[in-house]
Amino acid sequence: MKERLLLLALLMLGSAPARAEQPAECRVAENLLESSFRLPRVTQAISAKHLDVLVVGAGSSQLPGSNGPANAYPARLQLALSQQLPGVQVKVTTDVKAKRTAAEMVKALAAALSASKPEVLIWQTGTVDAMLAVDPDQFSQALDKGINIAQSAGADVVLINAQYSPRTESMIALGTYAEDMRWVALQHEVLLFDRFSIMKLWGELGTFDFNSATKKLDIAERVHDCIGRLLADLVIAAAKPEEPSINGSR
Amino acid sequence: MAPPSTERDLRLDLFRGLALWLIFLDHIPSNAVSWITIRNYGFSDATEIFVFISGYTAAFVYGRAMRQHGFIVASARVLKRAWQIYVAHVFLLAIYLAEIAYVSNSFDNPLYTEEMGVLDFLKNPDVTILQALLLKFKPVNMDILPLYILLLAGFPPMLWLLLRAPSIALLSSATLYALMWLFEWNIPAYPSGTWVFNPFAWQLLFVFGAWCALGGAQNLSRWIHSRVVVGLAIAYLIFAFAIAMTWYFPRLAVFVPKFVGDAIYPIDKTNLDVLRILHFLALAVITVAFVPRDWPALKSRFFWPAIVCGQHSLETFCVGVFLSFAGHFVFTEVSNRVLTQVFVSFAGIAVMVAVAALISWYRQVERQGGGPRPPAAKPGYAGGDA
Repeated sequence: MKERLLLLALLMLGSAPARAEQPAECRVAENLLESSFRLPRVTQAISAKHLDVLVVGAGSSQLPGSNGPANAYPARLQLALSQQLPGVQVKVTTDVKAKRTAAEMVKALAAALSASKPEVLIWQTGTVDAMLAVDPDQFSQALDKGINIAQSAGADVVLINAQYSPRTESMIALGTYAEDMRWVALQHEVLLFDRFSIMKLWGELGTFDFNSATKKLDIAERVHDCIGRLLADLVIAAAKPEEPSINGSR
Repeated sequence: MAPPSTERDLRLDLFRGLALWLIFLDHIPSNAVSWITIRNYGFSDATEIFVFISGYTAAFVYGRAMRQHGFIVASARVLKRAWQIYVAHVFLLAIYLAEIAYVSNSFDNPLYTEEMGVLDFLKNPDVTILQALLLKFKPVNMDILPLYILLLAGFPPMLWLLLRAPSIALLSSATLYALMWLFEWNIPAYPSGTWVFNPFAWQLLFVFGAWCALGGAQNLSRWIHSRVVVGLAIAYLIFAFAIAMTWYFPRLAVFVPKFVGDAIYPIDKTNLDVLRILHFLALAVITVAFVPRDWPALKSRFFWPAIVCGQHSLETFCVGVFLSFAGHFVFTEVSNRVLTQVFVSFAGIAVMVAVAALISWYRQVERQGGGPRPPAAKPGYAGGDA
């Protein structure tokens, strides 16, 4: 915690003007973006002025309501990418259905990839597997398989782990699955968007109140907007032709 | 094998008590105080300590019963204990169901539509409760007692063998562990997956504890106190500490050579990874080397709170599980500021000590008041439960 706050202070000193367009609430989690691996196909796509993104996910990649699709993070990602990459035609397609385990998403993956031919697959998973207590080995194997399918279809991969959800923490053991995702990402040298830690930091700093019982969508929409923006930051940082350094010296 | 000493080793109670405190702290989600617990500084955690000491005390108490009263009587006592733990588990389950029923009625947030699906099983309580009674449905953090029940239920024949041929008994336990890894044995769980603590794996630590209690520890003592072993143990603990630091500071991960990472990960808790066993053994070696059995401080007031908790481990454990639910409830309903977390953590430990002290006092009163049975017939008379 202390280390994070220190980093945060440093970041704010060093980078305040650099990203003035970002709402302050999102920026606190910037130092949690680890762009240690590259997205070479995205780099090529940006220079070719045409970027296709496929988001595969379950229930936490969507929002309810008629404006849900427009406000959920995949649509916000498309907006943020378009804004930050002027002149590049960005298209985000989604394959999002609630209550799917990693293995179930893998089954539909090849078809979704060949339909949209993306340069990068953004794959949100882990929550449903944790809820059903799927065998962690099988979960890791599903991740392996999905990453291999995407890479052989010519797409870079970014994984997104589960949401931080304090009210259900005593009922869903996310720990093992979040850890598994980290190791699989490391082994395959693909990026992990650590949504869990980012949201947890927001909760700790009071950026968002994740405990409130509400039917209103405002907080949920702001959270998704922030996730979309941070995802765009991560993708762009990892696609920069020079050494990526979103954490380092700025 | 030399006959084991008859006086109860207070170090066991002390460390089991401490393990119970750590389990309590770790079981409150997002608890800042859980940073002090050992799982953050190495591979193993309080579960290893708890299972090992439970095996040790079970052999200590029921081993004597088996020598004095024979196989049948001792087995009956072991099974009675397993039954008590089963009842305790079901009691905790009732509290758990009440908690989540409350959450499902009171919490609504469009951000967490997916996560709230975890409560869907409330829609068919018949199946859920039946699966829970069969120990197949085990809510988060309620996996230790089912493991303990199963280990005790299978313990009588193992104890019989341990009393006759301890080396063969330990070897057969290790063989079962190896076969488990080879054939990936585990017990199925509900709604999917397998037991979080694979009993085929964790039995090794339980049996090893029992083996130590029945004289194994004395046979090992020359090794345990040798400088080489202590040095190796310290080196291993430092290695584990260094690796653990890379989990919290991912930037340090680049200093871990790839071949080391490939060799050690994933560190499997379900199947009791060898790295975890070694880490526990290293901790045990250090403890035995630096905390002598007759250390006067063990009888001091300072350690009494942990020791009394260790002596009434089942009750303390159950109170701890209940308190961890309650603590999480306070965090979500009242405040999750760090100060609250510290307060809840210490208050919880105080309650655990108070309950253990109350039970200890009551047992003494019962004994002095000339209960229905003579004291000698009580298992665990030497100062606590199995």
